[in-house]
Amino acid sequence: MNTEVKETTTNIRDKRNNDVLLEVRNLKTYYPIKGGIFRKTVAVVKAVDDISFEIKKGETLGLVGESGCGKSTAGRTILRLLDATDGQIIFDGEDITNIRGVSLRKVRKDFQMVFQDPYASLNPMMMVGDLISEPIRNFTNRSSKDLKPEVMELLTKVGLPEDAYYKYPHEFSGGQRQRIGIARALALRPKLIIADEPVSALDVSVQSQVLNLLKELQDEFDLTFLFIAHDLSVVKHMSNRIGVMYLGGLVEVAEKSSLYAEPLHPYTQALISAIPEPDPRKKKERIILEGDVPSPIDPPKGCTFHPRCAHAMPECQQVKPTLKEVKPGHRVACHLYN
Amino acid sequence: MSVNTQLHKDAPLLEVKNLETAFSIDGQYYNAVDNVSFSVKPREIVGIVGESGCGKSVMSLSIMKLLPKGIGKIKSGSIHFEGVHLEKMSDKEINSIRGKDIAMIFQEPMTSLNPVFSIGFQIQEVLFNHMKISKKEARLKSIALLKSVGISRPEKIVDEYPHQLSGGMRQRVMIAIAIACQPKLLIADEPTTALDVTVQAQILELLKDIQKVNDMSVILITHDLGVVAEMCDEVIVMYAGKIVEKTDVDTLFHDPKHPYTKLLMGAIPRMDEDVEVLSSIKGIVPSLKNMPKVGCKFAARCPQAMPECTSITPILAETDEGHEVSCLLYPTSRPREGVLHNEYRG
Repeated sequence: MNTEVKETTTNIRDKRNNDVLLEVRNLKTYYPIKGGIFRKTVAVVKAVDDISFEIKKGETLGLVGESGCGKSTAGRTILRLLDATDGQIIFDGEDITNIRGVSLRKVRKDFQMVFQDPYASLNPMMMVGDLISEPIRNFTNRSSKDLKPEVMELLTKVGLPEDAYYKYPHEFSGGQRQRIGIARALALRPKLIIADEPVSALDVSVQSQVLNLLKELQDEFDLTFLFIAHDLSVVKHMSNRIGVMYLGGLVEVAEKSSLYAEPLHPYTQALISAIPEPDPRKKKERIILEGDVPSPIDPPKGCTFHPRCAHAMPECQQVKPTLKEVKPGHRVACHLYN
Repeated sequence: MSVNTQLHKDAPLLEVKNLETAFSIDGQYYNAVDNVSFSVKPREIVGIVGESGCGKSVMSLSIMKLLPKGIGKIKSGSIHFEGVHLEKMSDKEINSIRGKDIAMIFQEPMTSLNPVFSIGFQIQEVLFNHMKISKKEARLKSIALLKSVGISRPEKIVDEYPHQLSGGMRQRVMIAIAIACQPKLLIADEPTTALDVTVQAQILELLKDIQKVNDMSVILITHDLGVVAEMCDEVIVMYAGKIVEKTDVDTLFHDPKHPYTKLLMGAIPRMDEDVEVLSSIKGIVPSLKNMPKVGCKFAARCPQAMPECTSITPILAETDEGHEVSCLLYPTSRPREGVLHNEYRG
C-alpha cells in the first residue's frame, strides 16, 4: 500500500493508490453469427476488439460510449460472464481469463455487478431479505435466519427501511429496487463493482439519490468501480478516469479533468459537444457527426471512426491507430497525434 | 382563416384552459392532469418538463384526443385550437385535424412505425388522408419529404421497411410523416430519449431547422433539462399532474422559484461544473391513488415545506411578469377566500 499518496491528497474522494486491482490486456470478445442449416459461423461481431486498460484500487474508471460500442460486453467479459476470445484479464495479480470451476468461483466473490434494469434483475418471487442474503448463502453455509442482522445492516446502509426485508421487489419503485441491487452487490464485500448503466432507467431526482449513494458507499467500503454508462455527465460525476469506446475499441483514456478540458480524439470531441447543456445562455459550437455508427460485423478498415471523422487523412483508411500516451496519463488512438 | 391568423399574430394557436384528465383505476377516476392551463403562440417552442408520472404525456394525448377509450377521459376544461374546441369534437372531426394541423412524434420510433408497411406507404397514408393527390405525386412528395429530413438515398429508403433503418433514421422518418401536411403545431413527446447523444444532436438540429422552415409551433415534452435549455422559448415544469412553474427559458434556468424546479436543476450532473454531492429529492412521486387532495402535492418531499403547505392548495400565479409559480412561499400563490373554497371542493 502506498500510504504517502493517501495522506497527501486533500480530496477525500481521491482514495486511489498505485496498486492495480484490474488489468485488461488486449481483450477481445467476438460473437459468432451462425447461419445456414449446419449453423456454421458465417461472420463474427467484433463487440470488443483489442482493448487494454487498468483500474487502480479505490479508483472509479468510467467507460463511456454509444449503444453498440461494446462497453457492456467489456464489463461482462471482465466478470467472466462471457468468454474472452483473446487477451488477458488480470485481477488482483491473478490471471483470471481462463480459470474455471472452483478457482473461478473463488474469485467471483471479489467482483460483483449492478445491472441497468432494476425491474428485470431481481427475482420477483423472492423476498428482499432473501435476495440480499443469497450471494452470501451461495458462498457459505449460513442460513437466511443467521444472516438477518447483516442484511438489516445492509438495508440501512443503502437507505431502505428495515421492514423492506419482508417485502417483494414489486412493492418498490425503480430507485428503491436499484438500492436492493446495490445491497446485493455489496453483500459479499467485493473488491470491484462493475456498474452497468445503473441509473439510466431512473428519473433525474432518483438518479441523483443513487449516484450519491454509490459515492458514499465507495468511501465507506473502499470500493473500486468500473462505471459503464452512455451519459457523459453522469460518468464525469462518478469517475476519476474515463475511457471512451467506439465500435469495440478504446479511443481515448484520460483523467477526467484532462478529458473534459481537452478531449483529443475527434470522436470524444463530438461526443462532448453533443451533450445539451442545461444553460440557455451557453450556446456551444456543435460538432454534428454525419451518419450512424457502422456495423461491428464489418467495421471500416484502418481507424474505425474515419468515415465520420472531419479530420480523416489518407493513412486513417489504411492503418489502425493504437492507444498512445500523448500527455502524462492521457492516451489516445488517433493518427493526428503521431 | 388565413386572413384571421395574419391579423392576430400574437393570438395563441393553442389554448388549454383548466384541463382535467382522469384515469380510471378500479372503477374510480383519478386526475392525471389536474387543472392545467397554458397556451402556445405561433412559432413558439414550448417545453414541458417533469419526471415520469407527472402527467406530461397524458397532456399531449389529451390534446390529440388519443386517450385510451374507457380508461382515460377529459373530465373538464377546454382545448382551443385556432378557434375550435378540440375537446368537444367527434372522432371523425378530430381526424381531419390530427396529422394535418396538429401532428405528433413519439418517443419510440420502432414501435410507432408499422413494421409490415414500407416507409413510403406510411408517409403516403397521411398524404392520402388529408390531400387530393395522385399516387405518383404522393410518391414524389414522400421522397422529397425524406430528403428534407436529411435522409440520404431517399429514392431507396422510400421502399424499405422500418427494421432496415437505424434508430436515428426511424426518428427522421417519423418527423417526415409528422410534417407531411405542414402542421401548425407539432407535439414531440420525448423525441430523442431513445437515441444516443450524437444522434440526439442530429435530431434536435433537424427539429430546429424544420420548425423555422415550416413556421410551426412545437410542444416539446421531455425529462431532459439540457434539451429544454437548447430548444425551448417557454417552459412549463410539471409535478404530479400540476404546473408548478411556467416562464421563459432564460428565467427558468437562472432564476428558478419553485423548490421542485430548484432541486431538479441541482440533481443533474453538469459538464461545466464539478460538485461533490448532487442535490436529491427525498422520497418518490405519490401514486395517483395516494395523491394528497388538499395542499401542495410536493409538500411531503419539499425541504422548504411549511405547516400550511398540507392544508392550503397553492394557485399558479404571476410573481414577476411572465413568471408563474405555484408555491406558498410566494404570497401571489395564496388563494383568496372565494378561490380557496373552490379548491377545497375539488
